[in-house]
Amino acid sequence: MASRIQIPATKYPVERFTLANGLRVVLSPDRSAPVVGVSVVYDVGIRSEPEGRTGFAHLFEHLMFQGSANLEKLAHFRHVQGAGGSFNGSTHLDYTDYFEALPSGALERALFLEADRMCGPRLTEENLRNQVDVVKEEIRVNVLNRPYGGFPWLKLPPVMFETFPNAHDGYGSFADLESATVADAQGFFDKYYACGNAVLSVAGDFDVAQATAMIERHFGDVPARPAPVLPAFDEPDLDGERRESYTDRIAPLPAVAAGYRVPDPIAAFDAYLPFSVLAEVLTDGDASRLVERLVQRDRTVTNVGGYLGFMGDEYQVRNPTALLLQAHMPPGGDATKVLRTVDEELDRLAADGLRPGELERTQARMAARLLQGTDEVLGRALPMAVLELQRGRPELLNDLPRLISEVTAEQIVTAAATLRPERRAAVEVLPGAGA
Amino acid sequence: MTATLPDLIPDTELTLPPQAERKLPNGLTVIAIRRAAVPLVEVRLRIPFGRAPLAPATLLSQALFTGTGSMTMLDIAAELQAVGGGLAAGLDPDRLQISGNALAAGLGRTLEILAGVLTGAAYPGEEVATERERLVDNIQVALSQPAHLARVALLRRMFADHPYAVQTPSPEQVRAVEPEALRELHAERVRPDGSILVLVGDIDPEQAIDVAEKMLGGWSGTARDGEIPPAPALRPGPLLLVDRPGSVQSSLRIALPALPRTDPGYAALTLANLVFGGYFSSRWVENIREDKGYTYGSHSVVEHFVAGSSLLAAADVATEVTGPSLLETTYELGRIASLPPGEEELEQARRYALGTLRLGMSTQSGLAGLATVYAGFGLRLGHLRDHSAALASATREQVAAVAATHLAPSRAVTVVLGDAEKIEAQLAALTVVERSEQ
Repeated sequence: MASRIQIPATKYPVERFTLANGLRVVLSPDRSAPVVGVSVVYDVGIRSEPEGRTGFAHLFEHLMFQGSANLEKLAHFRHVQGAGGSFNGSTHLDYTDYFEALPSGALERALFLEADRMCGPRLTEENLRNQVDVVKEEIRVNVLNRPYGGFPWLKLPPVMFETFPNAHDGYGSFADLESATVADAQGFFDKYYACGNAVLSVAGDFDVAQATAMIERHFGDVPARPAPVLPAFDEPDLDGERRESYTDRIAPLPAVAAGYRVPDPIAAFDAYLPFSVLAEVLTDGDASRLVERLVQRDRTVTNVGGYLGFMGDEYQVRNPTALLLQAHMPPGGDATKVLRTVDEELDRLAADGLRPGELERTQARMAARLLQGTDEVLGRALPMAVLELQRGRPELLNDLPRLISEVTAEQIVTAAATLRPERRAAVEVLPGAGA
Repeated sequence: MTATLPDLIPDTELTLPPQAERKLPNGLTVIAIRRAAVPLVEVRLRIPFGRAPLAPATLLSQALFTGTGSMTMLDIAAELQAVGGGLAAGLDPDRLQISGNALAAGLGRTLEILAGVLTGAAYPGEEVATERERLVDNIQVALSQPAHLARVALLRRMFADHPYAVQTPSPEQVRAVEPEALRELHAERVRPDGSILVLVGDIDPEQAIDVAEKMLGGWSGTARDGEIPPAPALRPGPLLLVDRPGSVQSSLRIALPALPRTDPGYAALTLANLVFGGYFSSRWVENIREDKGYTYGSHSVVEHFVAGSSLLAAADVATEVTGPSLLETTYELGRIASLPPGEEELEQARRYALGTLRLGMSTQSGLAGLATVYAGFGLRLGHLRDHSAALASATREQVAAVAATHLAPSRAVTVVLGDAEKIEAQLAALTVVERSEQ
């Protein structure tokens, strides 16, 4: 194998400051293309929604698009797209994000729109009922009407975790969604959507001084409200293997997913990072351990994937979280056999270590993926906002390729040795439709 | 806090990135574009594959990287990874396309490995057998997905016996493909003449082409002609109802006539489509999602194949409001076809079209995608200037005229996939319904 390729790094500048009202701001200028990305992230997600209100964090995200002090219903969409931009929002376990990508001349408009809803969305009965219907269709299209819907991100947590915040269905039950009220929404906004509980980030083509002035102008008057106390969601590790299965009435073939708890992604970042590399050693591409063994040699699975975080948000999730492995199997596939082979391969890795070049090539590919992600303005604005929110460290985005390249073979082996069957939660999909 | 919406600062003039192009002696066209923001290079290789036999071509796209005379599948994957690289192949009715990227310093090695595959793919029996079974399993899964089933039914209705009518082989067809058929197809069609290589990234365009010439110069040969006859005009008829018992939603799919990218009316059609259903702030989405809550999302888009373009509209709606959803959809099509759009809604669509074009050009992968798609239609990135100018100048009258002939509900070919027992009567109240045979 040729000598190791040098892992390059990006040097996106990062400016941080906090407004008088407590809003944290991250700016990352880069003038290589005439576009900007704007994001606002709030420190509330699926884990914070109250019992009896499953799916509420996501439903509330929808309500943030339904108008605010100076904006009628539909105005937000029209103003962003009518400026040549695109928008979206998404609800995660630990945060909710709102974002726009636009031609750079629309920066101030995007800031105005985000500030307006940070002051308060228009919460009406009509908009609530409309968005409950929309969310029900979202759940139907993404979960109920397709094979493997919600697998494994909605199906594995209840096997792995005991407590409501970690175990419940983040898309929500129809009964809970239908019983949501405007008062619930107002209470949720009052508690969690405080500017002290948010980060604003801007990346792309702008001047820092001008953008700072715009941000002061539009966000300076948002009433100061402190962040609520962040609850600890930790729970004890498993004390024995857990296995469950369910029938997917639409799925033609079996599938299985397994999760193992990993170190705290933030408090124990140095111990967490090797698991990120381990997941790729196991599953990234045809030369990875599990693809080679399960797909090519044994032919016991059709495909296999591995990643950190139930929503694949490995550097944007708090404790507790997991390393996940998921595999789809051919007709008659045997999940027990697949899991036993995974154990064998993990044992082999822990006992024999890595092969020459195996770590270096995995790190090189991971670096390329990370770098590609940052080429988009939102690929910088969004992760930087969350890294600020959760770690006060947005510049970590620049450092990740290097940090990954510094993970050692010994750390990988140590990490692999912790993935024992008795620490595993697994869920199996039984095909309900004949292939 | 301020209550007035801030004005937009007008866009600067569209600037195209530095680029170079060369046709190599073996017939391969190489286009190299510099965007140096991240130290990567994007690689796209488009090989014309029209009229290639469907099952072998699909399996070839899955098995292309399974080994050469000198490298195993594992070698190929590991050596690419070593330079941060990855390559994969995909098929559509017009082309086989290899896509991937690598660290910029790994361009030479990536193209060297690619050349090894192009000139020496061996299709080893064991590996092909594995890929064949995986492909069969993936097709089985696709056949359980409503979006796939609805598209299959729509394509058949749109294209009848034209090669575009069937774009996914059946499991039985795939099972019958032997490795020798892949070797023959590769020898016949995986050829440089007429193929286009696009490289975008932290590269010097001329030097990158030199590297490509050095690595791919030994790839040779002329492909058998694969020209596809023009796609037939749409033939409107009864709504085709495809039964999917137990479906909790209905998948509504509509095809309408469209224009190719180079048609003088194309910019106006783009704008008409946006106003109707082509973006979130369209009439269709504002109606059936934001007003009525029938769907999570509806979307319409102009889809271009080499031998013809179509406008496709799609929405997945709750079973109990399938009829009302078709009613509102027909209403919105009728409205855009019969009445000119409002001034402000047209300006909004225009700014969206121009702005998203810039967003699309703002990344290496976006540029690579655009350059490759354009090149497949004989166009170059410079076409973005012409298209932008046409979008900027299209008038309300032009948009109304093109909508009248292209978005009229009387021109629509419509397919609905859902629980026929629950939705047939709803649909039959509005239009003539024909049950699918399947």
